[in-house]
Amino acid sequence: MNTARKGQWVEIENLVLKPEERAPQVPEDTKAVPLMMWTKGFLEDEAAEIGDVVTIKTLSGRITSGKLVVVNPRHEHNFGHPVEELLDVGVEVRKEIENL
Amino acid sequence: MIDLSYQAVMGRKNEIMKKAVGLDYSVFEYGKLSFDYEGMMEKVAYSIPEMQKIQYETKVGNTSLFELKNINKLIKKYAQKGKGARIFIKDEAANASGSFKARRASISVYHAKKMGYKGVIAATSGNYGAAVASQAAQRGLKCIIVQEVFDSRKIGQPEILEKARKCEAFGAEVVQLTVGPELFYMFLRLLEETGYFNASLYTPFGIAGVETLGYEVANQMKDMEGRYPDVVIATHAGGGNLTGTARGLIKAGAEDTKVIGASVDLTGLHMASDRDFNRKSFTTGHTGFGVPFATWPDRSDVPRNAARVLRYMDRYVTVTQGDVFYVTEMLAQLEGIERGPAGNTSLAAAIALAKEMDEDKIIVVQETEYTGAGKHPMPQLTFAKQNGIEVRRGNSIENIPGKNVVIPENIGQITAKDFDMNRLRHSYIKNAVENKKLTEVTMEDVKFLAEDTKLAKEEVIEALKELKVAID
Repeated sequence: MNTARKGQWVEIENLVLKPEERAPQVPEDTKAVPLMMWTKGFLEDEAAEIGDVVTIKTLSGRITSGKLVVVNPRHEHNFGHPVEELLDVGVEVRKEIENL
Repeated sequence: MIDLSYQAVMGRKNEIMKKAVGLDYSVFEYGKLSFDYEGMMEKVAYSIPEMQKIQYETKVGNTSLFELKNINKLIKKYAQKGKGARIFIKDEAANASGSFKARRASISVYHAKKMGYKGVIAATSGNYGAAVASQAAQRGLKCIIVQEVFDSRKIGQPEILEKARKCEAFGAEVVQLTVGPELFYMFLRLLEETGYFNASLYTPFGIAGVETLGYEVANQMKDMEGRYPDVVIATHAGGGNLTGTARGLIKAGAEDTKVIGASVDLTGLHMASDRDFNRKSFTTGHTGFGVPFATWPDRSDVPRNAARVLRYMDRYVTVTQGDVFYVTEMLAQLEGIERGPAGNTSLAAAIALAKEMDEDKIIVVQETEYTGAGKHPMPQLTFAKQNGIEVRRGNSIENIPGKNVVIPENIGQITAKDFDMNRLRHSYIKNAVENKKLTEVTMEDVKFLAEDTKLAKEEVIEALKELKVAID
């Protein structure tokens, strides 16, 4: 989905600090990249496309703006792949306890 | 127009904080570096009966304590004759929001409401976010959670992503940032913009809220076994879990119970490094928080941290990432409860210690936490592999943080490594004087440092002499 209409659930992006603005105590690899921020909310603008600067209303009711990056963002985390090293643990400990 | 630059906002830190906590820490301060810790806890926080009432109203507390009978049986197999202490676990996942953090959030959010704040904000990538969100939902307050979650590729730990989901499920706004301590700057900006309460983990409310946990452990054990536990193990990161629990044990009368802190060993990984961020499998309960917070508690997001572990921790041990994943799997397969993993750090340590302790001794693991997509050994190990970490079976001692996760072959290999408490205590004194650039302290300060480190006054004086700090 590349377009969003008013009231749709969207995610916006903001650059908070450029690399040269980062705190002095930050390690080199972190200092080489900007501090980025993502916020979700309901689109306030009538219509927008990915990449547009838009205004949203967040779940706390705050009005804020940034670059539209995702329309209807979903939670993508999951249960991963079966991890063989761990699957074996279950079988082993159950066998151990059987023999006690 | 208000100046929102990094320097300007950081420069307004003290005034923003004062408004956002509604608490003037300076009234408790004296000497060159000291403050009246007990006075602050007594005057600011709530009493045990008051907190029990507040927590009961919002589905917190009175969680079950049960013996891990199958695991205890297995421990005997790997212990010498006469050894193998019994482990009991406090099922804190049963709290609203799924972790002991609900205890901390319940008191903070109650207080925020009482003081007339319209909302609460907390900076956390852990279970505390969901806890604050859940409590705010129940008390009708707005909630914003600020998370450090992504590296510069916008790749985030599945565990933190799950916590963001849970916060949103309770109606909270989640502000997600890339790696870096400047999160604090955004946190201040949001506090200033909204005028909400800083539901910090480290206020007297946040710490006192955990006292009911220690209090319950002591009383439940007394009911079940007729005595207090010999040892209580708490996973240690920022220090609130251990401090609050220990204070609750003491308030219940279990003064002889030893309190042990346990962290996952992540030595060698830099916590603010964009590269290292996704090379660890534990985002909390590890030495990256445990050591700096023990040796300098006031690094937190409030002027004076109410979590001060050196006052209460009798021993500090570390376990490996592989150990914790192993015991998490074992807890599910032998005890029929799916919990953790991060909260099982103390369980891994308990198994190691139980093997060395006499069989009539009792160890309490004082927490569990909820588990789910992302926040579970399978996705976390899948993520580790995707980020170039080797996952294999082997002896626990082969674990190298950031390089591999070695899952032990049996519980015989799980050992708890002692962290030198004396080193922690001396680092604390060094930090206390160096952070304030002091060349001179008073005798009052010596007394405070002795209380805050559990060192003898003479040892504090000796340490100060070595640091070339004069005593007035």
